[in-house]
Amino acid sequence: MAEKRIGLQTVKLSNPPSILGTATVVGPKEGEGPLKDYFDIILEDDMWGQESFEKSEVKIQEEAIKQAIFNANLSSKDIEYLFSGDLLNQIITSSFTARQLNIPYFGLYGACSTMTESLSLGAMIIDGGFADKVVCATSSHFSSAERQFRFPLEYGSQRPFSAQWTVTGAGATVLASSGNGPYITYITTGKVVDFGIKDANNMGGAMAPAAIDTISQHFKDTGYSPDDYDLIITGDLGLVGKRILLDLMKKEGYDLSKVYSDCGIKIFDGVEQDTHAGGSGCGCAAVVFNGYIYKEMLKKNLNKVLLVATGALHSPIITLQGESIPCIAHAVTIDNLID
Amino acid sequence: MNNKEYQKYAERKIPKPTYFKNILYAFVVGGAICVFGQIIRNMLFKFGLDENSVTIATSIILVFVGSFLTGIGIYDKIGKIGGAGAAIPITGFANSIVSPAMEYKREGFIFGVAARMFSIAGPVLVYGVGSSVIVGILYLIFTKGR
Repeated sequence: MAEKRIGLQTVKLSNPPSILGTATVVGPKEGEGPLKDYFDIILEDDMWGQESFEKSEVKIQEEAIKQAIFNANLSSKDIEYLFSGDLLNQIITSSFTARQLNIPYFGLYGACSTMTESLSLGAMIIDGGFADKVVCATSSHFSSAERQFRFPLEYGSQRPFSAQWTVTGAGATVLASSGNGPYITYITTGKVVDFGIKDANNMGGAMAPAAIDTISQHFKDTGYSPDDYDLIITGDLGLVGKRILLDLMKKEGYDLSKVYSDCGIKIFDGVEQDTHAGGSGCGCAAVVFNGYIYKEMLKKNLNKVLLVATGALHSPIITLQGESIPCIAHAVTIDNLID
Repeated sequence: MNNKEYQKYAERKIPKPTYFKNILYAFVVGGAICVFGQIIRNMLFKFGLDENSVTIATSIILVFVGSFLTGIGIYDKIGKIGGAGAAIPITGFANSIVSPAMEYKREGFIFGVAARMFSIAGPVLVYGVGSSVIVGILYLIFTKGR
């Protein structure tokens, strides 16, 4: 019997794993944004002395993981599993990072939902008694993602208002079977939801139904309501996705307007930094969670947070073939208190 | 809500593009590039070149300027403001070839620079050359080669 399951898609962790430490590395643009004081390392140059953007992304992810392990007062020998993923083909960034770190590794692909996918699996592995200390991480890099999914950097194209800006950055979380919190208490795993949106410049609109599906299922499974949370934050729905989510959640009977935010909207100043609908990419939810949310939870300004990272699981080839964008959202409850 | 309804609904949630501003900027930027081309043309005439050489030399200079501005990271900013006004003149064509060539240099000179160089301009070349052949054939048929 799976006695930790509640409802259709949620698990309640019986020994909630604690976050021991986190770390973030961000690029220069993110370092000029409204959350700049929450990041551990801000790069002056997004190449970071490497010869390609891909190598730079590897270094960014590697340093974030090392820094998180250091911040947790551990060494990499103490870590039993590494869960990580990224946006590049065959998740090459994470595999190169895992090669450097020498930690048993599960590579994940959840597009921009990877932060909560890795936290979900890491927390379940610990709660299941298979490990005591794990690291969950993910990264993205504006320039490496842009060349894989869009146009060359120097090509003079115009971005529509619904387009989002891929975050350069990585975040890592060290989870352990014991600690002083914050704790991971509930995990709601999302289903793939696809309403047939084909426009890769409207990720927010494509992903919003997946986030709505997961959040409302989370309320049904746990019995929680929006008022139980200090913050419900999606990964990278941006301005378009936010409008859709608030509107449709209201129609389902949940008013999120007081507690809702989106990592993609928080990370940039959309007007000053010209990022249109907001930030996106695996790194978006990763740096906002491991930087802003974690530090605000330590200060007790936030005590109960639902992090819902959202992923558009498309590939450039399939988009050219005229297929729609399958989307997913995974929710994780982070709590300062456990009962 | 079914898929079709949702797609329509989501479409309405996207902020409308600023058409008037975009068209105005495209006109100004595109016009400025053409004025610049005209200045070059007039100067070349002054140097005593004939009509044919002036046309070729003007194109060469504009392609060089477009490529140079791409290389120093300025043309993408002009394109962001000017849209089609920056893309349609020959400087934009230079930008569409030089930008992937720069981008894929790390993948080597054969499979990177050379193979990817026409990834944006390729369709323009294929259909441009293709349609010029068709026009040429029609011209031949209707004028009987005269």
